[in-house]
Amino acid sequence: MSSAETASVVRSGPWISAREWRLLLVSVLILLIAACVPLVVGGYLLQVSISIVMYAAFATSWLLFSGPTNYIALCTAAFFGIGMYVTAAGIDLVPYPILILASGVAGAILAAVVGLATLRVSGVYFVIFSLGLAELVRQCMTWAQHVFGTMSGLYVTVERSEPMYYWQLLAVTAVIFLVGWWIGRSRLGFALRIIGNDEVVAVHCGINTARAKVVLFIISSAFASIIGALVAPRWGYVEPVVAFSPFLSFQVVIMALLGGTHRLWGPLLGVIPFTLLWELISIEFPDQTTLLLGLCFLLIVYAIPNGFTGLIEDVWQRRKSGVVPGARNG
Amino acid sequence: MDVLIIGLLLGGTYALMAMGLQLQYGVARIMNLANGEVLIAGAFGAFWFFLGTKASPLWSLLFVVPIAFGLNWAIYRVLIVPLVRRAKSQGKLEVDSILATFGLSFVFIGIMVATFGAQYTDYSYLAEPVFIFGERYGLNRVVSFGCSVALCAALYLWLHKTRAGLALRAVSVNPSAAGLVSINVINTSALAFALGGAVTAAGGVLLSMYLTFDASYGVVFTLKALIIVILGGVGDIRGTIIAAFVLGLAETAVASLIDPGLTLAAAYVLFMVVLLVRPQGLLGRRGA
Repeated sequence: MSSAETASVVRSGPWISAREWRLLLVSVLILLIAACVPLVVGGYLLQVSISIVMYAAFATSWLLFSGPTNYIALCTAAFFGIGMYVTAAGIDLVPYPILILASGVAGAILAAVVGLATLRVSGVYFVIFSLGLAELVRQCMTWAQHVFGTMSGLYVTVERSEPMYYWQLLAVTAVIFLVGWWIGRSRLGFALRIIGNDEVVAVHCGINTARAKVVLFIISSAFASIIGALVAPRWGYVEPVVAFSPFLSFQVVIMALLGGTHRLWGPLLGVIPFTLLWELISIEFPDQTTLLLGLCFLLIVYAIPNGFTGLIEDVWQRRKSGVVPGARNG
Repeated sequence: MDVLIIGLLLGGTYALMAMGLQLQYGVARIMNLANGEVLIAGAFGAFWFFLGTKASPLWSLLFVVPIAFGLNWAIYRVLIVPLVRRAKSQGKLEVDSILATFGLSFVFIGIMVATFGAQYTDYSYLAEPVFIFGERYGLNRVVSFGCSVALCAALYLWLHKTRAGLALRAVSVNPSAAGLVSINVINTSALAFALGGAVTAAGGVLLSMYLTFDASYGVVFTLKALIIVILGGVGDIRGTIIAAFVLGLAETAVASLIDPGLTLAAAYVLFMVVLLVRPQGLLGRRGA
């Protein structure tokens, strides 16, 4: 992990440039405004806000890995479920904050195993592996509970108010953004950009591509598990079918794609409209959610392959360079 | 002995299902994550036919296979071809087709839930015992195995003895070189994709005779088919057949010796071993 430790060697000049200070300031302002939400709204609106923040955290942590590498990870649910289970299993034995950390570690270990097995070989194998990972972990959990003779579900009892969940998730989102920003300017991020552009070139530059990818996957997955630990008490009762629902992996990917995967803040643009749309769909068409979600997904893949950020940047570029509309740059 | 025979019977049907995916992934180069849903759709077709007519579900192959062929042809033409045209590189196409078929799988699940409901489904056909080496086995398993082997053999012969089969194999080896010898690569890929879907749906009909399934169970079959294809080596039909039997045996062994709920874990263990020991598959060539 030495590449990660020797951060910021890539750039010359001041460690944080004036432009970055401005960016940081704007981010802190947005964070502060977002933190005020529970003081203003309550009830249903607060629930929706919690969903938005939760998905923002998921989608951004997903992006940490899948954005630069272009490997579509379809296994968020597996790590989320792991986090939930670690919390549920230890809640009567260990203080809650330690469990949150333990969840992250458990997720990291699973990610390391998966990453070491698949990311050395090729991206396709990773995608295949990730596709069934949630189902695999679910089977193993169900089996383990069967063998150890516990119930199929577990209770999690931690007293937390709704605003508290909101702030916790918001804090995690902020941390994920910080980590993403830090990776972006570290050697690791530099290596990843080269890998994303051309893996062969990256290998020839002497980059240990497998290690960079595995490290990133571990970071990304650990966050998914931590979110699981944070959300577990809100559900109160954890059982395999719900904790490892494949829907979550699907939703996270769709939101990140809608926002765009080329910018760290891209998923944010996707999360907010999509969570609202999802709320609407589940109220108006509760029986057709799967079908409609699938259709939305196809629409995004075909109509806006680069997401909202791609659209915005396209327009921006065109206005700046005065290119005739319709002439797309390559 | 029990494990061996049930494993072989299961492997026979898996071989058919995986050959479908092999055609789609090995020839058309589209990693179809909606493959399992096509299989489940075939299973639902057989179920619906059996409930309606009380005739042998094998007859439903007569309409399930052509419908699946047409449907997959249309999917390739309407959904995949634009992606092939849009893609700047093989890697981009891979990402796009994974996303598109992933979305498609949820559309399929949605349609099937709306049509048949979300509950577990099975039906009882030929559930009478048959004796092999003095042990009892379900007749439906044996019949299913027989049909599957016959279809696999027909497909194998078609691929190796006809001009169209030759074209398919040529595209599988090298699409751009195949284009140079005046093979229409897009049409041939569409044919392979459609045929793959039809074969997979046929696998679904055969599996439905003795397996309980529900609308969202497709992903498990997608995964098993993918693991079989990788285990056997991408583009290698013989490898696929061998790998299907390996998986059938491994799953049955785990199900009967440890726990029936861990069949997917068995598949994953095989997958891990292949990735660590022989990433190119059993019969695959390195660097292919």
